[in-house]
Amino acid sequence: MSNSVFSVISRFVEEYRSSTPNKLKMIDAYLLYILLTGVFQFLYCVLVGTFPFNSFLSGFISCVGSFILAVCLRIQINPQNKRDFLTVSPERAFADFLFAHTVLHLVVVNFVG
Amino acid sequence: YVSSSNAGGSVSGNGRHSSPAGCGGSGGGLSGGLTQPAGWQSLLSFTILFLAWLAGFSSRLFAVIRFESIIHEFDPWFNYRSTHHLSTNGFYEFLNWFDERAWYPLGRIVGGTVYPGLMVTAGLIHYILNLLHVTVHIRDVCVFLAPVFSGLTAVSTFLLTRELWNQGAGLLAACFIAIVPGYISRSVAGSFDNEGIAIFALQFTYYLWVKSVKTGSVFWTIGCCLSYFYMVSAWGGYVFIINLIPLHVFVLLLMQRFSRRLYIAYSTFYIVGLVLSMQIPFVGFQPIRTSEHMAAAGVFALLQAYAFLQYLKDRLTRQEFQTLFFLGVSLAAGVVFLTLTKPSLPPLLRYAKIHIPIIASVSEHQPTTWVSFFFDLHILVCTFPAGLWFCIKNINDERVFVALYAISAVYFAGVMVRLMLTLTPVVCMLSAIAFSSVFEHYLGDDMKRENPIKQHPFYPVKNSSVYSKLIVTMLMLMLLMMFAVHCTWVTSNAYSSPSVVLASYNHDGSRNILDDFREAYYWLRQNTDEHARVMSWWDYGYQIAGMANRTTLVDNNTWNNSHIALVGKAMSSNESAAYEIMKSLDVDYVLIIFGGVIGYSGDDINKFLWMVRIAEGEHPKDIRESDYFTPQGEFRVDKAGSPTLLNCLMYKMSYYRFGEMQLDFRTPPGFDRTRNAEIGNKDIRLKHLEEAFTSEHWLVRIYRVKKQENRQALDHKLRNIAAKQKYTSKKVLPSRFH
Repeated sequence: MSNSVFSVISRFVEEYRSSTPNKLKMIDAYLLYILLTGVFQFLYCVLVGTFPFNSFLSGFISCVGSFILAVCLRIQINPQNKRDFLTVSPERAFADFLFAHTVLHLVVVNFVG
Repeated sequence: YVSSSNAGGSVSGNGRHSSPAGCGGSGGGLSGGLTQPAGWQSLLSFTILFLAWLAGFSSRLFAVIRFESIIHEFDPWFNYRSTHHLSTNGFYEFLNWFDERAWYPLGRIVGGTVYPGLMVTAGLIHYILNLLHVTVHIRDVCVFLAPVFSGLTAVSTFLLTRELWNQGAGLLAACFIAIVPGYISRSVAGSFDNEGIAIFALQFTYYLWVKSVKTGSVFWTIGCCLSYFYMVSAWGGYVFIINLIPLHVFVLLLMQRFSRRLYIAYSTFYIVGLVLSMQIPFVGFQPIRTSEHMAAAGVFALLQAYAFLQYLKDRLTRQEFQTLFFLGVSLAAGVVFLTLTKPSLPPLLRYAKIHIPIIASVSEHQPTTWVSFFFDLHILVCTFPAGLWFCIKNINDERVFVALYAISAVYFAGVMVRLMLTLTPVVCMLSAIAFSSVFEHYLGDDMKRENPIKQHPFYPVKNSSVYSKLIVTMLMLMLLMMFAVHCTWVTSNAYSSPSVVLASYNHDGSRNILDDFREAYYWLRQNTDEHARVMSWWDYGYQIAGMANRTTLVDNNTWNNSHIALVGKAMSSNESAAYEIMKSLDVDYVLIIFGGVIGYSGDDINKFLWMVRIAEGEHPKDIRESDYFTPQGEFRVDKAGSPTLLNCLMYKMSYYRFGEMQLDFRTPPGFDRTRNAEIGNKDIRLKHLEEAFTSEHWLVRIYRVKKQENRQALDHKLRNIAAKQKYTSKKVLPSRFH
């Protein structure tokens, strides 16, 4: 069973390396970085405690929010998904991404306290 | 969005404003003088929306025209007082306001226990108008805010219905919601309450949500989040949004309608909406702690898992996917098992609890009767199932949303009268869809439909004769006209009373105004010390604080049940026990409402049993409800009433000197018109209180609490001369012994 799981994962990684365009790989690297930031924040909270809670929440939600927004951007600029997004061109997707980040970070800065 | 063959039908779908004859030709017949039918269409839409706004605004002005521009009822007085504080002291003073003139001696943290949206909106409008040198008083801004926002609600309902169906249905929905009584009841001019702006925020948030699901653009989703933030700041009913949207996503997943647009819309909405909603101090950390918000979090996690699985499924073969799937499911099961939490009560059942006296005593929390449905919605409640049926028959992502909205709103409206307000918008939308479909079918141009390019999807196209079309159209128009008449009548008679000022009409039609409340509150304001403390039942707390500007003990916020129970105990005990409580609370004045002279049925004696029940909840040893009833179980104020009732403070205060008053020659003195009984205890003497003020029709009575005397007068007991020894006189009568 574990054999097949490893083989599945290695095949998946191989296919990922070969078939995804560079733009999406860049976004995936960014996603990994955000994920690590979020994990470190959570570990810190578990080890040191939740005070002040609003600061922890704002930092953690900032990580999750950036992750989700980057995933949305990745979905929207993926050329395979073009027929799902007739009104959203890749440029518009990026502009929306910037706008969403502005709103998210304004709120996060207000919430950090 | 509207094809040319439908233009005639959908524009004339708003049959109330144009005659049926000119309909079918408006697309084709006017083409001689028209180069841009779309231009005329948008002009017509704009005019209709403007008229709807005007109609909504005007029909809410009955109370202002009949009486004056005044804040109504109870809760709006607190909102007005807070807005006044905001406009005079600034935003940060308002956000950090600790009110020590309410809930004496506890005080109230207003900044953290209020939804600031209403106050900030009114304050902002006042600020902008004054900046432009349009000097409007803050009271006028507050009084007219709700009618202005009703127009905005009509516009956002138009936008939402246009996304769901077509433009004609949108215009109909806007017109319906502008005048429907269910919404007017909470948004008349003078009713300065959260619902006035919250329904606008609700409809606008739903419109932006539907738009973001349809387009999958992050821009619309962020707009939805910002609108959701405004809704969270405006009303506690935002919980409805944060449960309906996840329910919508969940049902779409179950119906196998998952799409990437849905994923983008909900994930972005949840995260950005979460952090935005926590900015309101009153909401705080509730979105990640309470059970009401857990559905949203659960659906978020589920959606991530589902989307990830979809992504893998696209990349791997079936067998590979299966092996990974089993691994994933076992991991997930382990995580769920480890984080099993105690099941918590369904959130909204809390509001329906009938066992807590203070929740049960509010008249708005009673279950809805059939009469209320028809009274508030008229024919819309009959046509809205038809609209629901059309939506379900012709299903797509947005119509699933409106179907879920309708079903949940109907359930909640059946539980509590107050929640009729959340049912009203969806009823307007679905009825508009029903009417629009009917008009489209019967008023559509038959010539264009004889060689249809596409068949109308769900009813067979038959050439209905001119007569059937005419009859159906006339019937529909009659229904709509009766609806308009009914709405105006209901608004005028039922929902336009300021309740601060009472009016009665004599048989010659002239009006008798009873302004006792304001008379008494202004007496308090002008004749008592600035720091005097007034004790009354919690119903009047906000009005006393707003109009009389005096410190109160309990008010409509009802956040501290023990404090209210203490006041209830003081009202229900005899005078000496009540005096002890009043001394401990530093009470200077006691205010009660008495309706016996004019037959006003909302007075404190009628509410007395609730005072007893609430007091009994906290002090069961001292107060027993059964003591206040006769041995036969009746509640009577006449001679046969229970002695505990006849000697309690509330009774004494209500009927002090009433026994001397004879209202007319047919009834004996001391005849209580509200209870229709002659009172039992006619010569009442008060030891620790003295009467300070009674209003013109005895509606409001204010008593001053006397300070304790320096020396307590001893109670004199009759001297008991006990004969100890019998002395017989040794004096002998001289005449006997001579």
